[in-house]
Amino acid sequence: MTDTFLDVKGLTIDIPVGGGTLHAVRGIDFELKRGEVLCIVGESGSGKSLTSLALMGLLGRRIKVRAERMDFDGTALLDASPRQMRSLRGARMSMIFQEPMTSLNPAYTIGDQLMEAMLLHRDVSRAEARARAVDLLEKVGITAAASRLGQYPHQLSGGLRQRVMIAMALMCGPELIIADEPTTALDVTIQAQILRLLVDLVREMGMAMILITHDLGVVARVADKVAVMYAGELVETGLAADVFRAPMHPYTRGLLRCIPQPGKSRRGEPLGTIRGIVPSLVGEVSGCVFRTRCDEAVAACRGTIPQHWPGDGHAFRCVHASGARIAEQEGA
Amino acid sequence: MLDAAKTPPALELRNITKTYTVKQGLIGKRRPLTAVRDVSLKLEKGEVLGLVGESGCGKSTLAKILLGLEPPTSGEVLVDGQALGVQDRLALARRIQPIFQDPYSSLNPRKSIADIVSLPLRIHGIGDAASQQKAVRDMLDVVGLPPRVMNTFPSQMSGGQRQRVAIARALIMKPEIVICDEPTSALDVSVQSQILNLLGDLRAEFGLTYLFISHNLAVVEHLATRVAVMYLGRIVEDVSSDDLFDASAHPYTQALLQSVLTPEPGLGVPDTQLGMAYPNPIDPPSGCGFHPRCRHATNLCSAQAPRPVPHRDGHVECHLHDPETAMFGTD
Ligand SMILES: Nc1ncnc2c1ncn2[C@@H]1O[C@H](COP(=O)(O)OP(=O)(O)O)[C@@H](O)[C@H]1O
Ligand SMILES: Nc1ncnc2c1ncn2[C@@H]1O[C@H](COP(=O)(O)OP(=O)(O)O)[C@@H](O)[C@H]1O
Ligand SMILES: [Mg+2]
Ligand SMILES: [Mg+2]
Repeated sequence: MTDTFLDVKGLTIDIPVGGGTLHAVRGIDFELKRGEVLCIVGESGSGKSLTSLALMGLLGRRIKVRAERMDFDGTALLDASPRQMRSLRGARMSMIFQEPMTSLNPAYTIGDQLMEAMLLHRDVSRAEARARAVDLLEKVGITAAASRLGQYPHQLSGGLRQRVMIAMALMCGPELIIADEPTTALDVTIQAQILRLLVDLVREMGMAMILITHDLGVVARVADKVAVMYAGELVETGLAADVFRAPMHPYTRGLLRCIPQPGKSRRGEPLGTIRGIVPSLVGEVSGCVFRTRCDEAVAACRGTIPQHWPGDGHAFRCVHASGARIAEQEGA
Repeated sequence: MLDAAKTPPALELRNITKTYTVKQGLIGKRRPLTAVRDVSLKLEKGEVLGLVGESGCGKSTLAKILLGLEPPTSGEVLVDGQALGVQDRLALARRIQPIFQDPYSSLNPRKSIADIVSLPLRIHGIGDAASQQKAVRDMLDVVGLPPRVMNTFPSQMSGGQRQRVAIARALIMKPEIVICDEPTSALDVSVQSQILNLLGDLRAEFGLTYLFISHNLAVVEHLATRVAVMYLGRIVEDVSSDDLFDASAHPYTQALLQSVLTPEPGLGVPDTQLGMAYPNPIDPPSGCGFHPRCRHATNLCSAQAPRPVPHRDGHVECHLHDPETAMFGTD
């Protein structure tokens, strides 16, 4: 039960754009065991959604996806036929998107949409699919579940729609859930409820989850493992407890300093910032991508960047073994 | 404090109600929706009043009324103690300026940055073209943008840069009061922190008074000196930021505080016990609007709306904290 069942190594995503190639994701590695929650965290444009869509086999042909390895329970996802991918997606891995309105079809009832994948992928009767739909709607905390089946998406609030999306993702009893910013569009109060629900369901059903977010607060509260993504690379990975206790990469540290924390960050005092903007990833990308914004940058950041292992399973990429320049020089 | 008693508030709302008429369903029955319900609020000179609450609670409606962009259905807006009439729109705009959430839609995509920032000067006929250009360049410098952006267009800028343009546009009139409606909600955290720092610096530099609206209590708490918590069109609690953590009273304020996910691993996701959804303002609950989601609710709460009672140096609307009704609580 604790075997690695999602194993990704060297995932690279290139997009042809006017004037060259956008190297949107460059050689990222991560793995996931059953029952684990991995959070991929990074700011907008860092390649989080592309990564999740690549796993689901949902990127158009124009976008080039390569990897040394991208295995889901022994199946090489990149070699799978479109038909195999469709059946995996429907039944064993499912995705929850940020904006449920774009993934719910406004023309069909909640019930039809919930039952569709199950009728397609599992050998069940309509009555059985219906019973499962009601059961799951109740599980995600929707009252009067049976009567919701006949409703249309626009008749539900944003929070309810996101619950429906979760129920839909669970219909076939998937082993892997990929949730791409599932609570970003919701109020914080609803966010807390939806996250609790997701985490409880993952534990209860023994699934694994990749939760994508830009919010380090969300990560700290739900993740077993964290992957910090910046401009298409994973700059730091590790157990959530380690990464938050001892963040090593200057980007991870910088992000944590940007967050106002009631009762912790001093009111009125300036928050940390990260100067500058994300560099263009069109054309050749070399060295550390964060160097243009990094206070610790030195000439060596243009070269090959080594990986350091400050602890078991905790890794980061930086020319400084301590993640900072001063300590480095003092130590040498 | 003595001064505060003498000088009138920079801005004051007295018993403001705003009722929209909305079509419900396909049949189109028209029904009233009360977005702001008998709200009285003071914004003292130099303070940063944070306004926080879930989406749909009436924050933007309140902001639009303060800006004179929407007439209230009833009630009065006072600026420096003087009632405001509709005819004062332009005069009001000199003193009160907005910064809105979405720097994408609030900046005209066909106008250059120089045109966008100088527009208020032209509308008010302040200075000639040359002095307007200089004012724009100076103001862009204040918000941290280089002069070369003057001839660029909003589409060529990042979200953070656009929000800086929106701030420059608001400040070029040298207003006294700035109404910030979710100014950082569309931004990445590293950009959000830059904008929050900038707003803090500008306040000190120009002696500004802010109404700072956000659904994110962590952001509000960082800047605000006082926090007003809004629920279903009412200000249910008004508390100084110093008291927010240890001495806020309303169960809803506490649920909001709990919902802030600080980056502390191991704490898990809090159970706010808020139950299900935010109510539909077309059919507000009886009694206290918060009672269907409140873990302390009693029969009294569904029967009778609580009145505002003084709490610390603010107020709270909750039967639990009203000495005359608290004894009926069971909890
Ligand atoms: N279909 C596409 N065509 C061109 N560029 C794209 C496409 N999809 C994503 N990108 C670019 O790839 C980068 C990463 O995008 P994305 O994975 O959506 O980021 P995130 O989800 O982290 O915000 C961005 O710069 C984005 O503009
Ligand atoms: N022009 C309008 N016509 C009808 N209803 C409106 C209008 N503007 C706002 N509302 C309603 O008033 C309530 C409060 O809205 P708003 O002030 O925008 O809330 P917030 O800014 O707190 O999210 C919501 O229920 C909203 O749907
Ligand atoms: Mg995304
Ligand atoms: Mg609003």
